[in-house]
Amino acid sequence: MLVSIYRYNPETDSKPAMQDIEVSIPADKDLMVLDVLALAKEQDATIVYRRSCREGVCGSDGMNINGTNGLACITPISAAVKPGGKLVLRPLPGLPVVRDLVVDMSIFYKQFEKVKPYLINDEPPPAIERLQSPEDREKLDGLYECILCACCNTNCPSFWWNPDKFIGPAGLLQAYRFLADSRDTATVERLSGLADPFSVFRCRGIMNCVAVCPKGLNPTRAIGHIRNMLISQGT
Amino acid sequence: MSNVTNLGRSGLSDWVIQRFSAVILAAYTFFILGSFLIHPDMDYVQWKTIFENNLMRIFSLVTLAALCAHAWIGMWTVSTDYITALQFGKRATAVRLLFQAGCILLISVYLIWGIQILWGF
Repeated sequence: MLVSIYRYNPETDSKPAMQDIEVSIPADKDLMVLDVLALAKEQDATIVYRRSCREGVCGSDGMNINGTNGLACITPISAAVKPGGKLVLRPLPGLPVVRDLVVDMSIFYKQFEKVKPYLINDEPPPAIERLQSPEDREKLDGLYECILCACCNTNCPSFWWNPDKFIGPAGLLQAYRFLADSRDTATVERLSGLADPFSVFRCRGIMNCVAVCPKGLNPTRAIGHIRNMLISQGT
Repeated sequence: MSNVTNLGRSGLSDWVIQRFSAVILAAYTFFILGSFLIHPDMDYVQWKTIFENNLMRIFSLVTLAALCAHAWIGMWTVSTDYITALQFGKRATAVRLLFQAGCILLISVYLIWGIQILWGF
């Protein structure tokens, strides 16, 4: 199988280039894209990419696979490439490239920090723990599972155009995760930080984030909930 | 680049204004298209009679105002998406302000001209 990999080393290359490598895939086996990358690295050890858990939990190996963002470790080549086709691997779009398939995620984490992704509760803590009813706990399903792989943000044009001002789908999903938490008492403060023209309202609802989320989450719906909370608080 | 040149100074108010103005624009569009369908052979005299009705003039003026607000919010968003330092470097602020000034000028011309057409004669 022909694999085309984005190569760029800012220290030595003047511009990025695609490198084609022929990788032999064991017959009747549907490898994951990450396995193919490992086989390619056996031929050229200078290929650089991030990976850790290799089972879709750590979110390290987010990359652009044949035009679609996804996790290399849980994307089978049969899903990414048509039979006889070429596997094309590029870094996540819209972030500065550190080297090859590794991107600088600083601005992504900065947007994540902005939403204060931790529980804020100014009431004195009870002796054991803050309790929550099963119904309230259920409201957090589909929100807390995000692994911060950045596949969604880097597939979002609003994030490409204003990465320093638009929080982006991953951060906003977490923003709503704490807005929806019955134990959090900072709802008003959290909302007042989101009503400006950029943080939330740059979302045009095109659902690119939903289309690529490897965990099947729905940031667009969470953003809709935030907007409704802002409207009921602000009007 | 924040919200100084933004219509409502807040993303929330802009969002609400854009949705409300869209409803008004849709209602007016259906109304005008509907009257053409009901009167397929409408002539100038009939057309003028419709617009001599004060309610029709108010509806038209409200729609014109909605169009102006809708257009400004849209163009402001476009300018802050595409005319930024990312694409234009150091000249971005100058180019963006020039573009926004051009939009305001054009929208003002349409608004004043529209009022003149509706109430001028």
